[in-house]
Amino acid sequence: MTVASIKTQADTSAQTGAVMEVRNICKRFPGVQACKDITLQFMPGEVHAVVGENGAGKSTLMKIMAGAYIADSGELILQGERVSFNHPQEAQFKGVSIIYQEFNLLPERTVAQNIFLGREPGKFGALDVAELNKNAVHVLKEVEADQLISPTAMCHSLSVAEQQIVEIAKAISFDSKVLIMDEPTASLTTIEVKILSDLISKLKDRGMAIVFISHRLREVFEIAEKISVLKDGELVGTVLTKDTNTSEIVHMMVGRDLDHYFPPLGSPEDFGEVVLRVKDGGNNFLKNINFELRKGEVLCVAGLQGSGRTEMAQALFGVVPFKTGTIEVYGKIRTIKTPPDAIRLQMGFVTEDRKAEGILPKQPIRDNILLTVRTLQPFLGLVHKDGIRKSRTLVPTLANKVDLRADTFDREAQYLSGGNQQKVVLSKWLSSKANIFIFDEPTRGIDVESKASIHDMIRGLTKEGIAVLMISSELPEVLGMSDRILVMRDGRIAGELPAKSSEKDIMLVATGHSEETNSKRKATVGKE
Amino acid sequence: MATTTPSENWFKRMSRSSKIPPVYIFLIVVFLFTGLMDLIYSDGQMYTNPNIMLNIIVRSVALGIVAVGQTLVLIGASIDLSVAYTISITAVMSSYIMQGNNSNVPVALLGVFAIGIVIGLANGLVITKLRVNPFIATLGVGLVVKGIINATFSNYTGSVPKEFEWFGYGTLGPIPVSIIILLLVVTIGWFILARTKFGAHLYGVGGNSEVARLSGVRTDRVLIGAHVLCSVTAVLSGIFLVSLMRSGAPWVGPNGVYDLNSIATAVIGGTALSGGKGGVWGTLAGVLIFGVLATAFNQLGINPYMKNILQGVIIILAVASYTARSKKEAA
Repeated sequence: MTVASIKTQADTSAQTGAVMEVRNICKRFPGVQACKDITLQFMPGEVHAVVGENGAGKSTLMKIMAGAYIADSGELILQGERVSFNHPQEAQFKGVSIIYQEFNLLPERTVAQNIFLGREPGKFGALDVAELNKNAVHVLKEVEADQLISPTAMCHSLSVAEQQIVEIAKAISFDSKVLIMDEPTASLTTIEVKILSDLISKLKDRGMAIVFISHRLREVFEIAEKISVLKDGELVGTVLTKDTNTSEIVHMMVGRDLDHYFPPLGSPEDFGEVVLRVKDGGNNFLKNINFELRKGEVLCVAGLQGSGRTEMAQALFGVVPFKTGTIEVYGKIRTIKTPPDAIRLQMGFVTEDRKAEGILPKQPIRDNILLTVRTLQPFLGLVHKDGIRKSRTLVPTLANKVDLRADTFDREAQYLSGGNQQKVVLSKWLSSKANIFIFDEPTRGIDVESKASIHDMIRGLTKEGIAVLMISSELPEVLGMSDRILVMRDGRIAGELPAKSSEKDIMLVATGHSEETNSKRKATVGKE
Repeated sequence: MATTTPSENWFKRMSRSSKIPPVYIFLIVVFLFTGLMDLIYSDGQMYTNPNIMLNIIVRSVALGIVAVGQTLVLIGASIDLSVAYTISITAVMSSYIMQGNNSNVPVALLGVFAIGIVIGLANGLVITKLRVNPFIATLGVGLVVKGIINATFSNYTGSVPKEFEWFGYGTLGPIPVSIIILLLVVTIGWFILARTKFGAHLYGVGGNSEVARLSGVRTDRVLIGAHVLCSVTAVLSGIFLVSLMRSGAPWVGPNGVYDLNSIATAVIGGTALSGGKGGVWGTLAGVLIFGVLATAFNQLGINPYMKNILQGVIIILAVASYTARSKKEAA
């Protein structure tokens, strides 16, 4: 079935009971047309995925639907009625709610206060605390977490996974007609995604229209019935999931076929000496960390949220150092107690939270790239003089190397797309001639095309003899990139798997099931 | 999945379950220590004379009332540097309108509350609608008010009627009226924060304004409301001060350093300057710590500048202990 024919079909079905419709929506921001004449219908009891690269206009469209932005032109139709939202509250009252990509919990407030923020029960402005907590228990019960999470617990005391559950609980508590989910799975692990998709099907059965935005196409195919693809602010088309496949969608998204998702793995002759060896590393979060990292290889660290992956990266880089054990770099035992120690040993750390830990958003690209070079200079060194001279040659060279496209290096880094920001971080470390790279979720929240180019770049680094330790929550990425896989659980390395293992193998080790079966097996063997 | 720290001891658990802000321990320590000094170097009345204890609280009333308002705006991740001048304009305007005449009291009160609301609205609107940083916005509004006062009044102006002094000096049974007023204001402050939707929304706005907005909270209205409430507490402080002094002078507010002291006491009490966290009971403890210090230094007859040094040290110690604690919690 062709794209166009389905589109017309959707148009005719609009008269027959779409919950919400957007008609000819246009929205312009300074310098960019975020949405161009977008028309879509959302049916009750249907999961409708909206996909596209970063900057395709998905988030803008969703924010318009949820009342966070006001469209320049076009109409919102809710149950046959023309509506206009000037504030997210108005959209909520009419039954349109949204969960955003970023964490949206207040750490210093309780679970119940967070779930019902802006919709607290009580009369005449007073707050009915008992009712609030009771309602929260009710909502938590719906996500089957009432035993796990107390409504009066402070959110900062919850684990990341528990916070996700609270976030989901908050979203479903709206009891709305249309629920928009803007990348709800971006920071979820596979198991949590399963919980979420179960919930989604429950909500679907209640007749809710669900708009689902994700970069992870596999989930889109699992969860959604209908997929709409946006590109450069325009609707490319809407297709039924059952009539299409991943490559067709990718083709629609990028306008061409991506011939491969991942660069070829390294071959044995690429791997050299051991550059990094950790023996019995441990601190408050980690225990018995033992592993080796070889020159020219990509070693991936997989594991569930909270299994200690990020903590291990931070320990290696001296952010939260190991308290016990030894680290050998190029065969010599070294102490890494602070990040400068690690930088001097030519290590680079591409952090998970790009905005908070990776770039200086208000500094120009140039200064971001030169940041680590400058930390290695003497304290009273002439930063400016040196900076100007170096930036003339060094910055363009590095930018060229990582394929960073920017009209001027004086642009503030905050105006770059996620993918380009990541390239800035990368060139920052290349500038200090780092040869051991730690990547923590290098492609989180980055569109398909940039993702592929970052994967190519990582592989390219290894060809130059750089050792890469990469942390990722996305199993396809782990499998596509790694020459070896470490799986972490509860702050330990639970197992090591070879390249080309299956997702199932990783999940078994990550959840601890394989070990149980092993020990059971051992027990039976003992009996025999 | 649950993050229980094994090092968590009974003391921590108790202080957490009882919900008493830890700053009260600090208050007791400061009281015991200064009392001990008093016992050694002076007559030891701090431990034995209940009037001195009462005096500690009475001294704290003016600061305590405005600190409650300051706590509200701080929780909303804002700040109010105009309170000192709001106090001044209240003091001079009310005594100027009253002119010692009882029949003028209602007009005077109506007038000063109207002025307070206008100042609060100005603060809130400049911050939310013109998007000026709260520090600069309230500094600016404060300077405007200061200019108006100084252009109009230069000395004690008018007076309050005898009956009006009841607020400052009267008692209900054995308890001074001023203490009752302070407790009332603190309780109202607590009620607003803990038992109203406005309070819940204020924590949201301060914790993360965008999260609150996207959750459907009318963030601008909430912040403007907090600023109006803060200015109203400044007006109450001004009324209380003028009833003590019997006549209003333009320097009442700035001389009492009510702007910075109200911020300092709120912060000592555990309210975060970055917003979204804190409460009025902690602020009350912070205010009482300042009261204890003032009384103790009076008793001991020490150079009052020493008091400033100690206040400074206490602010730093208190805030340092909070960050140390939250780091441990995060670990």
